[in-house]
Amino acid sequence: MLAITIAIFIPFMAALFVPFIYKRVRSRNIGWFVMSVPLVLFIYLASLIPAVAGGKTYIHTIKWIDSAGINFTTYLDGLSMIFGLLITGVGSLVILYSIYYLSEREALGRFYVYLLMFMGSMLGVIFSDNLMVLYVFWELTSISSFLLIAFWYHRKKSRYGAQKSMLITVSGGVGMLAGFIMLYTMTGSYSVREIIGTIGQYTNESLFLPAMLLVLLGAFTKSAQFPFHIWLPDAMEAPTPVSAYLHSATMVKAGIYLVARFTPVFGGEAVWFYTVTGVGIFTLFWGSVNAVRQTDLKALLAYSTISQLGLIMSLFGLGSAALNEGYSADSVIYTQATFAALFHLINHSTFKGALFMVVGIVDHQVGTRDIRRLGGLMSLMPVTFTIAVIGSFSMAGLPPFNGFLSKEMFFESVLIIRNLDIFAMGPVWGSLIPVVAWLASVLTFVYSMIIVFQTFLGKHQPDRLDRKAIEAPVGMLIAPLILALFVVGIFFFPNVVGNYLLRPAMTAVYPPFEGAEGLVPHIAAWHGFNAPIIMTIGVIVVGALLYTYLRYWRGIYSLAPMRWNLDSMYNGLLTQTEKASSFLTRTYMTGYLRDYLVYIFVFFILTVGGGLLWTGGFSIDLSNDAPITISEYIIIFVMMGASIAIIFAKSRITAILLNGVLGYSIAILFVVFRAPDLALTQIIVETVTTALFLLCFYFLPEWSKEKTTRSLKVFKGIIAISVGTVVTVLALVVQGNKMFESISVYFENAYELAGGKNIVNTILGDFRAFDTMLEVVVLFIAGIGVFTLIKLKAGKGDEDVED
Amino acid sequence: MKINDVILQTVTKIVVFIILTFGVELFLSGHYNPGGGFIGGLVLSSAFVLLYLVFDIETVHKGIPFDFKKVAAFGVLLAVGTGLGSVLFGASFLTQTASHFNLPVFGATELSTVMLFEAGVALTVVGVVVTIILSISEDV
Repeated sequence: MLAITIAIFIPFMAALFVPFIYKRVRSRNIGWFVMSVPLVLFIYLASLIPAVAGGKTYIHTIKWIDSAGINFTTYLDGLSMIFGLLITGVGSLVILYSIYYLSEREALGRFYVYLLMFMGSMLGVIFSDNLMVLYVFWELTSISSFLLIAFWYHRKKSRYGAQKSMLITVSGGVGMLAGFIMLYTMTGSYSVREIIGTIGQYTNESLFLPAMLLVLLGAFTKSAQFPFHIWLPDAMEAPTPVSAYLHSATMVKAGIYLVARFTPVFGGEAVWFYTVTGVGIFTLFWGSVNAVRQTDLKALLAYSTISQLGLIMSLFGLGSAALNEGYSADSVIYTQATFAALFHLINHSTFKGALFMVVGIVDHQVGTRDIRRLGGLMSLMPVTFTIAVIGSFSMAGLPPFNGFLSKEMFFESVLIIRNLDIFAMGPVWGSLIPVVAWLASVLTFVYSMIIVFQTFLGKHQPDRLDRKAIEAPVGMLIAPLILALFVVGIFFFPNVVGNYLLRPAMTAVYPPFEGAEGLVPHIAAWHGFNAPIIMTIGVIVVGALLYTYLRYWRGIYSLAPMRWNLDSMYNGLLTQTEKASSFLTRTYMTGYLRDYLVYIFVFFILTVGGGLLWTGGFSIDLSNDAPITISEYIIIFVMMGASIAIIFAKSRITAILLNGVLGYSIAILFVVFRAPDLALTQIIVETVTTALFLLCFYFLPEWSKEKTTRSLKVFKGIIAISVGTVVTVLALVVQGNKMFESISVYFENAYELAGGKNIVNTILGDFRAFDTMLEVVVLFIAGIGVFTLIKLKAGKGDEDVED
Repeated sequence: MKINDVILQTVTKIVVFIILTFGVELFLSGHYNPGGGFIGGLVLSSAFVLLYLVFDIETVHKGIPFDFKKVAAFGVLLAVGTGLGSVLFGASFLTQTASHFNLPVFGATELSTVMLFEAGVALTVVGVVVTIILSISEDV
């Protein structure tokens, strides 16, 4: 359906208009225009829910680079539907919230342009069926996230956080690109749906495992999984609406989307199962351990997001076990984990979004997010307090909130996995997963309580706050209230979500299980006095004890192993890389043009000449060559004379004129060979470059005789002669070998194929139009480069803008 | 140093029009005869360079008040845009088509989308060449 394709581009289009509207409406009201974009998209997507729930999928293809297998294909199924609703729904609420959150003094136009750019790219990620298109949008989300984190770019920490997130997610993305290309090499298709259909025959290929690991690398970096999670806490320098939107509800879930999307491709493999589950479980644990010790509320939420993302990730890992042996009554039980993952994904977006907004409100109203300075805000900000309670208790897994339901299902899934007898899963490993999961849940309970009790209960310390605490304006409260309503509403009507959103998504993750009994379980708040409920009670009891005696055991965080962290490794790596690269650059960047020419020519001699020697490709065949006429001899001798004369030229003008003789002689050669196009081009290029040369000479010093040693002269001579020899030999070898089919058939039929009689032009404008287009772009970039280098260079006394 | 080269200036005034006309002719005839966007653009830019050489930058700028950076940018957008245009009609990216029209003055003429693409190329070449030469020469 074309509408889905258009939906991707609507945010980009709107982003184009924002600066113009912002010029007219220089106030926060610009936000209402921006908000209409995701709202309309949300309503449109929601209107498709019944059809998608009925098993319908929408696909639409726009041909793009068909010959390379790259087409703009959009695909809407149950899985992309969930994400689409989250992106547009949470997006609308976040923009509504931001209208009141951001001051009118901020560069609102810029903010909304970035936000819309992000929204469009995120929709592109989830709706694209073609891996190359998906990759482009994937990196676009990284770039827009970079721009949004660095929104307050005058802060050093913002720039640091932006750079960190960009470096980590983009390097993961590049790895993912390599994985995609490997998939293409194996299956011959960039379409995810086609790959899912044919991957079965390729699982034994040597590229299968590297492709899987590289795709996972992309997913793990994006979704902040251990050890790549370190960028997320630093990304909290972004304005709070951005943190709520990108860094908890949508962008960080792109990795989870990728894992879900590729479960039918790689799922059922032991490596996939262990990597995804293991990394997820450990991230869950590590995130919750680190969240407890945070004193900044936003940092606490960042680590809790990491931890929750780990939870969802591990569930997808557990769920992939079902694909190991295809559909059977036994294997369908493992799909429950994926069901819980999708369910928790929705729940997490609701309660975490609400919590981020609450933290933003507290920060906005009293001027600090430090829990050591906060306390006793309950009576002063009752509505905010209520939302905080709903969000935190849901996160802790307490009823009557949606987090309770998905947490119970999570416990059930980790317990089921103990019975798994594939993948060489022994009883030790099988029991370890539930234990770690339970421990992490206890810590989750502890930090959820910290958010509520240390902010809103306890002693109020008005003298330590920047502003007097009062309740936030209504506009700021609407968005988190709506999310809180969902938190409660989903608890009471979970099966609405289950039937309309999760059922089609499950079919998308498990194509072979379509319509199977037990794929979509009935969600019930009370499901008997069984193991999961006992685990939850245990979490509450132990968690409450741990929270009460927090100050007694907090000391363990200052133990030595806890201080050794990944952040310092990242920083060390960064400075080391900088040092090494600047050392390397200093050694060969001498500032002498002749040195650079030596590098280029030596490289050329070694690769091309060496290549010829290595392959033994000397076969010079002169039999097909046309006889050389007298006029050609004359031109050649003129050229030789001119080039030798350049060496002995005394002034630059002489040299450049002699160079011109060379150029024009080539043009005459083209005329002799009856290539008027080339001759024309050569003459004009020669004329323009001569003018350019003369212009540049204005800036150059007098041409003085170089004082060089004899050995250096010999060295240069050798290089010059070798380059000449290599080029000559190459030209002769090329002429003497026929490695490829002649393409002259194109030229002979140019009129039928391209509608033009000038074959040079049909090559430029039709056969190789893509090359020409990119060349034009490169030319333009070069022009801009020259312009900026000359016009925008800093004067000698100017301040260095980088630090 | 004030240059007052009457002969060169007078000749240029006439020659520039010949060069410009030649450039346009090359550009238009490119589909069937020698020529095309790239050469046409180069010829046009050489005419501008000649003007800048003979007269000073301010004088020329009064006569031709273009920002050549924008000309180049417009050219790039045009070249890429024609490619996208074919996508809108359901064909592959950069597919070109042509058709015959009866124009009032020219009679039966073949118009091709390649011409739009080539116009983009020509504008970019003109814009970039003049921008480079101008930026270097103004850096005195």
